[in-house]
Amino acid sequence: METTLQRTPLFERHVGAGARMVPFAGFEMPVQYSGVIDEHRAVRADCGVFDVSHMGEIHVDGPTAQEFLQALLSNDIERLADGEAQYTLLTNERGGIIDDLIAYRITLGSFLLVVNASNRAAAYGWLKEREARGTEVRDASDEYGLLAVQGPRSLERLELPEAPAFTHAMAVLDGVEVMVCRTGYTGEAGVEICCPEEDVQALWDAVVARGATPCGLGARDTLRLEVCYPLHGSDIGPDTDAISAGLGWACALDTDFTGADVLRRVKADGPERRLVPFVMEERAVPRQGMPIEGGGEVTSGTHSPMLDVGIGMGYVPTASSTPDTELVIDVRGKSRRARVVKKPIYRKET
Amino acid sequence: MAAAESYPDDVVYHPEHDWARVDGDEATLGITWFAQDALGELVHYEPPTVGSTVAKDGTYGEVESVKAVSDVVAPLSGEVLEVNQKAVDEPEVVNEDPYGEGWLIRIRMSDTSELDALMSADAYRAHIAEQ
Repeated sequence: METTLQRTPLFERHVGAGARMVPFAGFEMPVQYSGVIDEHRAVRADCGVFDVSHMGEIHVDGPTAQEFLQALLSNDIERLADGEAQYTLLTNERGGIIDDLIAYRITLGSFLLVVNASNRAAAYGWLKEREARGTEVRDASDEYGLLAVQGPRSLERLELPEAPAFTHAMAVLDGVEVMVCRTGYTGEAGVEICCPEEDVQALWDAVVARGATPCGLGARDTLRLEVCYPLHGSDIGPDTDAISAGLGWACALDTDFTGADVLRRVKADGPERRLVPFVMEERAVPRQGMPIEGGGEVTSGTHSPMLDVGIGMGYVPTASSTPDTELVIDVRGKSRRARVVKKPIYRKET
Repeated sequence: MAAAESYPDDVVYHPEHDWARVDGDEATLGITWFAQDALGELVHYEPPTVGSTVAKDGTYGEVESVKAVSDVVAPLSGEVLEVNQKAVDEPEVVNEDPYGEGWLIRIRMSDTSELDALMSADAYRAHIAEQ
């Protein structure tokens, strides 16, 4: 079966900048421009820009929007004020994770959910099916462009004021009207900027002209893994629960969302296995799917550009999940030693 | 810093993007510019052990970038005489100088007639143009 890949409005910009394009979540996306390690270091030291226009945006509006989301999302959405946002999970009846997302409260009757590109259809379908009187769910993914500008010099380069994490506000950046969100997926200071789809080329050009290094999906993955942000589809999914994944902090178990009863039980009993970060003690690069001796599995693995060693995350029996526990990973038939560490794997020296 | 694209004439090429530089009955082996470029910056090289044997068209090691791992295919058969420790310690040297300091192993060839099956730089360029 031949499937046509979608392109973001920045496709020509990426190709023109020498990006290597790969299929990702139904889109042709840049995996790297100059090189994953250079781009990674640019974000840790200065400022990088990622085209994340492939991500999904879902509007949930109406007088009952808040109640509707409170019943479907794991975090306590009632804690949000206008202009605030939170990391939250869309859960199924088994307590599994349909998607992890950020919910932005525009006003009490108007929320924006930014979902993973690969889960856009699943998340929208789940919400739409449950739409009730007083709430309208609308997939607006094709109406918006989204850039992530990340790194310690991001605000300086964009001439934006400091603001608390997980807040958002409208602004005009080099003539483009944008929603500036104090969120990201790299562990660095920075923003995610949303704009109408037709303006995203101008916005990209403006951000690059201000000195942000174009970065691809390769660096996005190494950056998020160094700070232990889970990737849906690898570390978490419909068959993994938030408690075992270490995402209990994003679950308000005193609210009644889908699957909350299952999660309360897992929390009370203690999970049988846990998602842990680890660092290789021997030269080897762990990869998704590699067995961990004693009944575990690597869910994400790469080479850390900052630490120059193999790093990863994986599920291990709870008894093996405490920091400093030695793990043995089967790297294509060879046993390689690793050590469980505390989150995050990489922490900036201050 | 990655090297500029090149396919020197002093080595012979295997279609799986490996090269051999022959000196008497010995040969130095490595991966081509095309192979290192496709992989991206290398972060790990898993070499064979000295004294082991490699077989033409068989794999003798692994090279790994941030995103991918690839088997290294032997263009010739023989006994491993030496492993490039610099490529083990600093795999990026393979990106920087794939035909020079970024060599992978040195072997004593067991069958020099295998050389007949390998390609010249021009033939290899034509081969990758089809990829």
